[in-house]
Amino acid sequence: MIADIGLITLTIAFIFTVYATFASAYGGWRGQAAWVESARNASLLAFPFLTVSVIVIVYSLYVLDFSLAYVYDVSSQAMSPFLRVAALWGGQQGSVLFWAWLMAGFVAVVLLRKWERDREMMPYFIATAMLTTAFFVGVVLFITNPFMRLWHIEGVTEITQALFQPANSMPYFPEDGGGLNPLLRHFGMIGHPPTTYLGFTGFVIPFSFAIAALITGQSRGDEWIRTTRRWTLVAWIFLSIGLILGGRWAYDVLGWGGFWGWDPVENAMLMPWLTGTAFLHSVMMTEKRGMMKKWNMVLIILTYSLSLFGTFITRTGVISSVHAFAKSALGPAFFAFIGLTFIGSVTILYLRWDTLKSEHSLESFISRESAFVLQNMLFLAITFAVFWGTIFPLISELVTGAKITVGPPYFQRVTGPLFFVLVILMGIAPLFAWRKQAVRALGKAIWIPFLASLGIAGIWGYAHRMHPASILGLWMAGFVLSGILAEFWKGVQARRTTRNENPFTALFNLIGRNHRRYGGYIIHLSVVLIALGFIGDANFKLETQGTVSSGEFLTIGDYQLRFEQLRAYPGSDGREIIEAVTTLSQDGEAIRALNPRRDYFTVQEQPVTVPGVYSTPGKDVYVLLVGWEDSGQSATFKIYVNSLINWVWIGGLMMIVGTIIAAWCNPGQREATYVLKPGALTSHSLLQEG
Amino acid sequence: MGNMKRKLILLLLTIVANFSAVSIVYAQDGQPGYPTDDDVNRVAKKLYCPVCPNTPLDVCETKACQDWRAQIRDQLSQGWTDQQIIDYFVTQYGERVLAEPQRKGFTSLVWFLPLTAVLIGTGVVYEILKSWRKQKTATTAVSSPPKIPKELLEKIEREIRELD
Amino acid sequence: MSQPTTHEQEEQSSPTGGRKNIGIIIAFAVILTLLGLLAWGLKKAQAGPLDKGMAPDFSITGFDGRTVTLSKLQGQVVIVNFWASWCPPCREEAAYLEETWRKYKDKGVVFIGVDWVDTEKEALAYIDEFDITYLNGPDIGTRAAQAYNIQGVPETFFVAKNGELRGVHIGPLKSPQLDEKIEELLAEQYP
Repeated sequence: MIADIGLITLTIAFIFTVYATFASAYGGWRGQAAWVESARNASLLAFPFLTVSVIVIVYSLYVLDFSLAYVYDVSSQAMSPFLRVAALWGGQQGSVLFWAWLMAGFVAVVLLRKWERDREMMPYFIATAMLTTAFFVGVVLFITNPFMRLWHIEGVTEITQALFQPANSMPYFPEDGGGLNPLLRHFGMIGHPPTTYLGFTGFVIPFSFAIAALITGQSRGDEWIRTTRRWTLVAWIFLSIGLILGGRWAYDVLGWGGFWGWDPVENAMLMPWLTGTAFLHSVMMTEKRGMMKKWNMVLIILTYSLSLFGTFITRTGVISSVHAFAKSALGPAFFAFIGLTFIGSVTILYLRWDTLKSEHSLESFISRESAFVLQNMLFLAITFAVFWGTIFPLISELVTGAKITVGPPYFQRVTGPLFFVLVILMGIAPLFAWRKQAVRALGKAIWIPFLASLGIAGIWGYAHRMHPASILGLWMAGFVLSGILAEFWKGVQARRTTRNENPFTALFNLIGRNHRRYGGYIIHLSVVLIALGFIGDANFKLETQGTVSSGEFLTIGDYQLRFEQLRAYPGSDGREIIEAVTTLSQDGEAIRALNPRRDYFTVQEQPVTVPGVYSTPGKDVYVLLVGWEDSGQSATFKIYVNSLINWVWIGGLMMIVGTIIAAWCNPGQREATYVLKPGALTSHSLLQEG
Repeated sequence: MGNMKRKLILLLLTIVANFSAVSIVYAQDGQPGYPTDDDVNRVAKKLYCPVCPNTPLDVCETKACQDWRAQIRDQLSQGWTDQQIIDYFVTQYGERVLAEPQRKGFTSLVWFLPLTAVLIGTGVVYEILKSWRKQKTATTAVSSPPKIPKELLEKIEREIRELD
Repeated sequence: MSQPTTHEQEEQSSPTGGRKNIGIIIAFAVILTLLGLLAWGLKKAQAGPLDKGMAPDFSITGFDGRTVTLSKLQGQVVIVNFWASWCPPCREEAAYLEETWRKYKDKGVVFIGVDWVDTEKEALAYIDEFDITYLNGPDIGTRAAQAYNIQGVPETFFVAKNGELRGVHIGPLKSPQLDEKIEELLAEQYP
């Protein structure tokens, strides 16, 4: 049977990953390249074998082979083919297999690149990466196996689940499956888990390089950072997309008009993103000035550990959350692996601490170096605040026995001011020079953006006196936005005067000449846009709820919502739809028909609320159908006016563009024939190079 | 007979008294239709569903939450203040029902520690920067920037121009 | 996960690496504490409701004003049932529970209904609907529920005459499960 093939390939992949771990470690220890080569081959092979297992599951989901317990759990006749494939990651077993597969894929791609300069690190890279992969494959094979089948044992009424046929039993083929949880039947389901997993698993690459660098002593230099920079960026952008898609999905289906709830599982994704972003920046310090090496190591170990921690609390229910998977036997195994990773990496770091000496020192308190240090501290402070708020309910229950909830008020109040300072720093730090920034030069660079933003904030503040916090937030956004745009402006102007290019060509070439810098600026711009969305959400959100009869209005702000009637009809995926026909008007003028509805999934007995939304760049008018009475004569609606929310999605798209630009190789980039390093120069060596 | 009459008077008085009580409540908030859904949500927003994990009470859709919102509505219409309702929920269902952790008792630690961490962090940043500077003054005494020969300087400038 | 111990950053030139050692000790202390916390949390998450040992003591004040304390009921068999008005499976067993109570109430058996996170109005309506006569009261502060570590409702705990917990039934009880359990507990003799 097809399922058997999948199980066999899974087992073989497991054997390969375990072999690769030990072979590479042994080969590295003894300096025997043959063992390392063998380990490399095993690692490369693990991926195709896992791919077969994944294909088997996807195929079974697609053709609805309900004799597989997993297919029975997450798939059903009513589901579209598209959704059936996405159900691969719809339940615990499939999603861990998916995770292991992605991780093996990442490692395989990395192993296929040229390794000349980093040959020394390869054994330990493979050992670390394969240890992790072997763990996840092992979990799939032994703990949450998607190839479990349903059997009917003679004389036993309940259906048994087992990998292999028990005595006196026959395979059991249910008529239909349970089907995917209705909340998961959304395009967010297609995008959010894969990108999130790619982000989490992607960080195993820089982590493995970091450990390999420590073990081999390569951590003395920054070669290993150059090698991993692009991989870190890949993992980072996927994690960023995952975060934004998750927010969008929550906004669309959960019906609470928001996109970020500070739920423990959301925080679990945010924390590695924060430390990962800090890591991306501090490696620049190491590349340019050979500083902050210790810091980098701590950050990458922290980022990877937080990803493991995140997936641990998501899948074991240790901290209660709306997102948690059902309880499973994963807990103890994960716990052991996390313990091993934390203790192991910290020990290696301790033993090799001396390889991480800084090459240079700080020359001035106002310089890019100090800005980087401050930025790192801020990121770390925010991460700590989020971490503390996430685990505090557990601590409180342990110490006092009382369960408490740490909700958005805590997170907003504690991280808000820190983010504020961070965003401002993001705006002005690129203007800082390395080594020493003259304050007057800085003043010259920022006085225009500063005054412009004060002006904008002043006008805004006058019009919106009721929201003092928003004035500060909007000033910050204006200041940083104009600061970054000023950088672009100066660059474009310089090209125009020296080369006579028109503005568009100038801009294009400006970015093209220095991808990293201007890609980075674009990413910073996108961060400000996303920040705008958060500011709007915190300060300007309007909401109202009310019951109206047919023909009556609900008012909110400048808008009026008129309820016309209710309609009922069957929908796709086996759902019953009750839809409200409403008209949205602004200041009395009708602008749009909105149809909020409630879909009831008869099989799962679960309703899903689908909002009717009117989107403009400035705001969303978001209408929910909450209930109805008198057989549709009157209905209850909840309306939110979410100001500035669309800037979050726009910012997200811009972030992707910026990252692609930043990661792209600069044209004409080639290996330097010599590298000029101050301090390494002596007249003697220079004449030789010439 | 007298008994009946007394009972009737008592009944009438009770009814009148009830009406007055009702009008007193109205006089308090003065608005018809109080409490509206928005009033209920205003209170429910500060609370979390006691049963469902991490779900605010104003958005939770389960029957239990509907019952709780109905209870808030009743309590508001009886003249309870927001704070009284919240205190009632805390007594009945435990501290986990509060969205914002309290600032007293053990729970205050959740606020206290990040604040302390930020203060310590600022101090640490300052110390790091200071120690880096100290290292610098130690090393500059030893080496001085080497001189770059003129021919190499010119070669470098040529190559930079060529890069464009 | 190691909290960045920036004491390590400051250690630049000390030959003994003394500060480095302090750093590693702090890092390990933090990691081990965190792991301990997670281990405890994991154990708690995986544990089901209590089903043995002495039954935790609690006091319930019923909707009708009567108060009952578990420890004062020694010598009688006690059935503790956690329920809520918004819980559909609870309704399935409500009639059976009341019927069984009426059968055994004069035979040394006490029924306590603990109303878990519920509203008084709906709870009273529920009691009225099923004409329940044994004591039912709200679990103030969810203290009893936490003591018994219930995972949901309905859950029924069986307490023997000597105060020991003799098991838990998760989900609605169906005839004759409760009768059988009560007979078993009544038959227990202590020398």
